[in-house]
Amino acid sequence: MSSDVNQPKQFTEQASMIQSQMVTVEIEGKPFQVPAGITLMKAMWYAGKDVVRGAGCLGGFCGACAAYYRTKDDPKVKTCLACSKAVEDGMSFSFMPAFPARKAIYNIQSLKDPKQDLFELYPEAPLCRNCNACTEACPQKINVREGVWKAVFGDFQAVSDMFMDCVMCGMCTPVCIADIAPNLVAVYASRAQGAHFTDKPEGLGQRIQDISNGKYQQDWKRILQLSDEDLQKTSAAIL
Amino acid sequence: MDIIAQHNLVHQTRDARRAIDFPKLSPAERDSLIKKYHPDHRAQAYRPIKFGPNAGELTVTEVATLLEGDSPLPANLSLVPKYSVDVLVVGGGGAGCAAALHAHAEGANVLLATKLRLGDSNSVMAQGGMQIAVAPDDSPVQHFLDTLKGGHMKNDHDLLKVMVEDGPTIAQWLLELGVLFDRQEDGNLHVKKGGGSSKARLLTCSDYTGLEIMRVLKDEVLNQKIPLMEFSAAVELLSDENGACTGAVLQDLDNKRYVVVAAKTVILATGGIGRLHIQGFPTSNHFGATGDALVLAYRMGAPLVQIDTFQYHPSGGVYPEQLVGALVTEGIRSEGGHLVNANGERFVNELDTRDVVSSSIIKECEEGRGVRTAAGRLGVWLDTPLLDVAHGPGTLDKHFPAMVRQYERYGVDIRKDPVLIYPTLHYQNGGVKIGVNGETPVANLFVAGEASGGLHGRNRLMGNSLLDLMVFGKRTGLTAAARAKSLSQGALTLDHVTKFRLEAKRHQVSSGLTSPMVLPAYTRQVS
Repeated sequence: MSSDVNQPKQFTEQASMIQSQMVTVEIEGKPFQVPAGITLMKAMWYAGKDVVRGAGCLGGFCGACAAYYRTKDDPKVKTCLACSKAVEDGMSFSFMPAFPARKAIYNIQSLKDPKQDLFELYPEAPLCRNCNACTEACPQKINVREGVWKAVFGDFQAVSDMFMDCVMCGMCTPVCIADIAPNLVAVYASRAQGAHFTDKPEGLGQRIQDISNGKYQQDWKRILQLSDEDLQKTSAAIL
Repeated sequence: MDIIAQHNLVHQTRDARRAIDFPKLSPAERDSLIKKYHPDHRAQAYRPIKFGPNAGELTVTEVATLLEGDSPLPANLSLVPKYSVDVLVVGGGGAGCAAALHAHAEGANVLLATKLRLGDSNSVMAQGGMQIAVAPDDSPVQHFLDTLKGGHMKNDHDLLKVMVEDGPTIAQWLLELGVLFDRQEDGNLHVKKGGGSSKARLLTCSDYTGLEIMRVLKDEVLNQKIPLMEFSAAVELLSDENGACTGAVLQDLDNKRYVVVAAKTVILATGGIGRLHIQGFPTSNHFGATGDALVLAYRMGAPLVQIDTFQYHPSGGVYPEQLVGALVTEGIRSEGGHLVNANGERFVNELDTRDVVSSSIIKECEEGRGVRTAAGRLGVWLDTPLLDVAHGPGTLDKHFPAMVRQYERYGVDIRKDPVLIYPTLHYQNGGVKIGVNGETPVANLFVAGEASGGLHGRNRLMGNSLLDLMVFGKRTGLTAAARAKSLSQGALTLDHVTKFRLEAKRHQVSSGLTSPMVLPAYTRQVS
């Protein structure tokens, strides 16, 4: 799988890690010396650990690298995306394992009453006990608890706005004492908002009709008959 | 000059810069700039491919070496299939999900295999938007011409025409699935102008367009109960006695076992090559962007096109170190953000095509007008505070929440201070040669998305990738499903591998390297 040709690349990527100062971090309970300021993900690699489950986009969008960390002398365990958080001396961290949350199965288009259907699909959603642990667990700083209530009260518009930042890392789920998977509830509410409570854009429908009616046939004919040189001139003339 | 003084220079020159309209370059000026500074024109980074369908053609050393690599499979591997399906989709990004959903809707028995999790991809990171000609003053023809111009006239006309014409129905499909594109007050789709485009044509979901689309498509794949194998990498294809594709061998990355899948048709949607770090560039790409489809298809005899050209996105992070190579959205430039050198001057029209803008940044840095960080990296400023100045306070918060957060994590407030950027390896312009339905010259082998080639010419236009994924995901999915109906499952052999090994021997390739790479080796070898 990994091969010799990759080796030099490893160092181009890790060139950014080579800094004079080293810090001590605890990964899954074991201490390692790693360069100061690198991300938790790079600290894993530096410590010689292969990451397969846990590495995704490496850009803070996919939620694969959800991690728990604690800084020196602070009892509070916090959450982060390991690709987007820098190590500090005395930090401890572990990746979050895959969590077996239940996703409801539905046909988004054939829902009859999406706001009511929520209670069939996610009957646990209204059982929120307001502990706020989900909000505290969100590395994207979404007000998750409020989002769950907005969904329950049928304000799907608000849910879709609030959860646009959601990377589906799922860190809101293991902490929920009511067994709600808030991110999954939010995906449902957002999709229902888009599919059922948002107007169809008229211009788009018109454009689709125009294309199928052959409105652009003359233009295509003209363009596609041009010589390469004339086509280049035509393209270049567009500002 | 220290960093504060450098920041101040950007702040001080802002009003003066705003008063100047920076012209776009003439075609001749563009060409000479690119030839001199674009990484695609560094001859020493290239070598001819030794054998196979593209023998003798030039590509970067990193890609040539992988293409010539050996299959990881032993010749005597048992090929008894564990699964037998109509359509095997390899890859769980935008193209893979779109292909699987459409093939499934067409009634095919589909299996989606991906080497990481469903959705782990570059698609999820696409921030800038998706180009679709929906505005009244726009048309698919205009979209075609803009893309052609951006691609240096080298785009495959047939592929490009179907992409721009299918665009509006793709937007409708996504809306029906519940994707929340930004709207105008009258309910029509809001469009933004992208680099290299003559019209405002980018559909967006703030700066989370790819994430929003992928959240929905992933959810839909699960709702449709499409069989899914995560952490399963395709490491070889299978062929029958006529060389047609008949399935694939996957490797379960948890237990390392091989899993043989018999498939009437195979769709490769494994994305691009950023993690090969071509020419030592950092990359904006996800962890699995290792060009697997290129290798798999090439060994089967599928030719590649334009595999010598890559896109270096103008705005990769330079500071802080944690963001090196990470993408800084092009949307900032779309909304008027300036690029500024160490002297406080603009040096390019920021809305020119990506290759022109990247070349001009490299030029500034090579000619001593770059800004150097404490870690020794060079870059130029992207004047983010300008957006709040020009369009009112709160603009960045409203339109670029992802980017505000991206920098906030490291203590940089992009509302107050500009950010440093330098080109980052972003996209594989070429890829496996396909026809309008995504089929390769190898029978029953399809390729969709970044892994395919020809559509984008020598430079992809911003916002055309998301559309590419959806259009060709759909076309491959529908065509493969329809094809499977008239096929019976072919024999499962590794004859093409045997042939390939003989060729390698004949050309004295003995690197000992096996490919596809599957995942990059970043883990430090601790002795």
